[in-house]
Amino acid sequence: MTNGLSREQVVNGSLLALLLAAPLIAAALDEPFYVSLATRVAILALAGVGLNLALGYGGMVSFGHAAFFGLGGYVAGIAAFHAFEESAFLTWPFTIGGSDQLLVVWTVTALVVALVALAIGAVSLRTSGVYFIMITLAFAQMIYYLAISLPTYGGEDGLSIYLRNQLPMGDSAEPLTFFFVCYGLLLLALFVSARLVASRFGAALQCARMNEVRLATLGIAPFPVKLTAFVLSAVITGIAGALFADLNGFVGPSMLSWHRSGEIMIFVILGGVGRLFGPLAGAALFILLESFVGGFTDRWQLILGAVLLAVVLFARGGLIGLLAGKLRHG
Amino acid sequence: MSLAFLIEQLLNGLQFGVMLFLMAAGLTLVFGVMGLINLAHGSLFMIGAFFCSWIGEVSGSFWVGLGGGLLAAALAGAVIEIVVIRRLYDRDHLDQVLATFALILILSEVTRWIFGDQPLYLDVPPLLAGALPLPGGGGYPIYRLAIIVVGLATAYGLYLLITRTRLGMRIRAGESDREMIGALGVDIRTLYTAIFALGAALAGLAGGMVGVLQSVQVGMGEPVLILAFVVIVIGGIGSVKGALVGSILVGLTDTLGRVFLPRLFALMLPTAEATAVGSALASVTIYLLMAAILVWRPRGLFPVGA
Amino acid sequence: MAEPLLELNGLSKSFGALKACDGVDLTLLPGEIHALIGPNGAGKSTLIAQVAGWLRPDAGAISLLGQPAVHLSVAARARRGLGRTFQISSLASEFSALGNVRLALQARERGAFGFWSPVRKDRRLREEALAVLARVGLEERAEVPVTTLSHGERRLLEVALALALRPKLLLLDEPMAGLGPEGTRALTAFLRTLKAEAGILLVEHDMDAVFALADRISVLVYGRIIASGPPEEIRRSAAVREAYLGDAA
Repeated sequence: MTNGLSREQVVNGSLLALLLAAPLIAAALDEPFYVSLATRVAILALAGVGLNLALGYGGMVSFGHAAFFGLGGYVAGIAAFHAFEESAFLTWPFTIGGSDQLLVVWTVTALVVALVALAIGAVSLRTSGVYFIMITLAFAQMIYYLAISLPTYGGEDGLSIYLRNQLPMGDSAEPLTFFFVCYGLLLLALFVSARLVASRFGAALQCARMNEVRLATLGIAPFPVKLTAFVLSAVITGIAGALFADLNGFVGPSMLSWHRSGEIMIFVILGGVGRLFGPLAGAALFILLESFVGGFTDRWQLILGAVLLAVVLFARGGLIGLLAGKLRHG
Repeated sequence: MSLAFLIEQLLNGLQFGVMLFLMAAGLTLVFGVMGLINLAHGSLFMIGAFFCSWIGEVSGSFWVGLGGGLLAAALAGAVIEIVVIRRLYDRDHLDQVLATFALILILSEVTRWIFGDQPLYLDVPPLLAGALPLPGGGGYPIYRLAIIVVGLATAYGLYLLITRTRLGMRIRAGESDREMIGALGVDIRTLYTAIFALGAALAGLAGGMVGVLQSVQVGMGEPVLILAFVVIVIGGIGSVKGALVGSILVGLTDTLGRVFLPRLFALMLPTAEATAVGSALASVTIYLLMAAILVWRPRGLFPVGA
Repeated sequence: MAEPLLELNGLSKSFGALKACDGVDLTLLPGEIHALIGPNGAGKSTLIAQVAGWLRPDAGAISLLGQPAVHLSVAARARRGLGRTFQISSLASEFSALGNVRLALQARERGAFGFWSPVRKDRRLREEALAVLARVGLEERAEVPVTTLSHGERRLLEVALALALRPKLLLLDEPMAGLGPEGTRALTAFLRTLKAEAGILLVEHDMDAVFALADRISVLVYGRIIASGPPEEIRRSAAVREAYLGDAA
């Protein structure tokens, strides 16, 4: 092979091109529904890219990434709420008001999610295996119940967002513009992930997945490596959550529910674990199934369950594995 | 605050705890013996509740319904084990999580298909209606007391089963040495199906009994499932004793936290804020408890194996 | 006398009623191979685990290069200069041989730091990793995934990983296991050249290799060192014969 492109790279490139082409064509045909569908794919893929860093490369089976997704959503929602009400989130020891500026919201989201992930990760990573799965699930559930018990921000009913977040240039309320924002962030996250995985840090992280004893014996303590990856992973998923809230104009406890954690995991698995573009393929497949199968039957969850079961039992390479062949190890 | 109120709340906590134990026992047995994490355990709880209320209504007897719910859950458990679960024993935890998550989706949808979207309700059986007077006035529902008795009796029964019977011996052997038990000529496949069905029956029993206290609907097993996870993480995954201690601890902490934390904050803050802060904190106490225990003992209170 | 690379003082560890390690004193000097032998169940694994940092002793002191090390983590001890191999090969299974060595080299330099530049494109790291592989004769197998290496090659890769850390002392846990006579002979010769570079604490079942290599031998039985000295002395010791060699014969 001299052209230098592997089959997987061709598949990945096609996926990106398709995701870009679909809303452009839809917008040209004046079909706004499909623009929003493509935006959903980009956002959920972004959430999956985040989880993939922890799960696919670091071997940390986090069943609580909805916590970060929802937290991102709530940061966006609460910022918009206070900006709309012109009230303050905090008056003491200093005043923090709301904001409808995307860049501000993203920065705050990243900070808040990073702090929470640091706390959750620091406790959860003391354990491993099935304990880790259950503990991440339990912490996500804790944040879910916390959100429900906050009447100021809608409690069980959630919070509607009346202000569309603003970009310094361009109007993010315009569907196609917002799609480009999400698509751009997805590209950025994929690029950052790719660099990270290939870097020294990535090598250490993958070794932590394969053989933690070996990593420690080489003089690299596994815990900080895993914790760093966990926090980065959470931040990416959190940004996706902020976008998701913006897209829907709504944030509620359902963004934090454990079904959501399961779904984000499904994106990663449907696409193929440990594949850079797995989450994109998985999210696309998921959304397509949901909107088209859901179109002619309301038993869509049954179909999803059956597909997922079949993939886990019989097709472990996921969609990318199917299209691009086996994972090659380097 | 009266003594009766305190006793009532303690009993509520205990009742919640033993109900969690019935769920956690099955989870922890299945993990301890087969090394499997089963998210679909909550679905078996739901199946028990649905069949209990349906058969109870058709037959006119709560007791027939309860028996039916228990059997339906056990049967569903056995079928699921044979069709899906046994392919997962030598898979990693990620595969187990996803496959059993898929089972939840399937079982919820099938249940909705059979029973419809409307929640079902169950009445307290006449035998257990009424209340037992508490010292200082008031009374405590006999039905809830009965749940406590059934839960504790089940715990004792499990203890006898594991320490005194041949099945229990096999369960213990399975925990320590899977290959040996195979070499002894025990049919390990049947043993695993039996253990899984036993866990399912306990979940079904819990579901059936709880059906009287809350509405029976799709998804009812999930909050309980997650609490049962918290329980076995606290107790030590694989330990039935840990599951019992963990259940009671979680049941009491959660119930008492919800009652007393808002009151505690009312001493320091205005009422509205106290209720808000108190109930927010109460909803997270058990998770904080879990975090504290894990910082202290990462493998739970009664670690298995090590 | 030169300062010991490793010094154990009164090291003790019990599991319930079992004293797996009972007041062990031991030193490893620069330039020597100190062999630790003992029958199965003597407590060798427990001792190694404490030296490497996986087990915290109940009592006693460990010092590495003259510094107390009991409180140090496994990784910190490795950074101090403790290299080790495992009885059963323990490698990053999805990486190539080169990938494994590269990880060891980057660990020595700056751990996991480096979030951006691709590690595969680092020429210097590659050259250095190949040089380390060449020392154990694996340079031809650099790109081969670890899972397809033979048992013997994996044993050598283990040694290469330890060497990549430029260790001051090596803890070799049955490096000869399963190597066959040819491999054992080659590794014996290699270890003899290595000891000038790093002192070696050698745990080994192959008595021919032990007596051929060791400058000193300590015999561990039931968690205690019952004899310690040069090979001829150990060979003559009645206590050792009775407790250990007698059993083996």
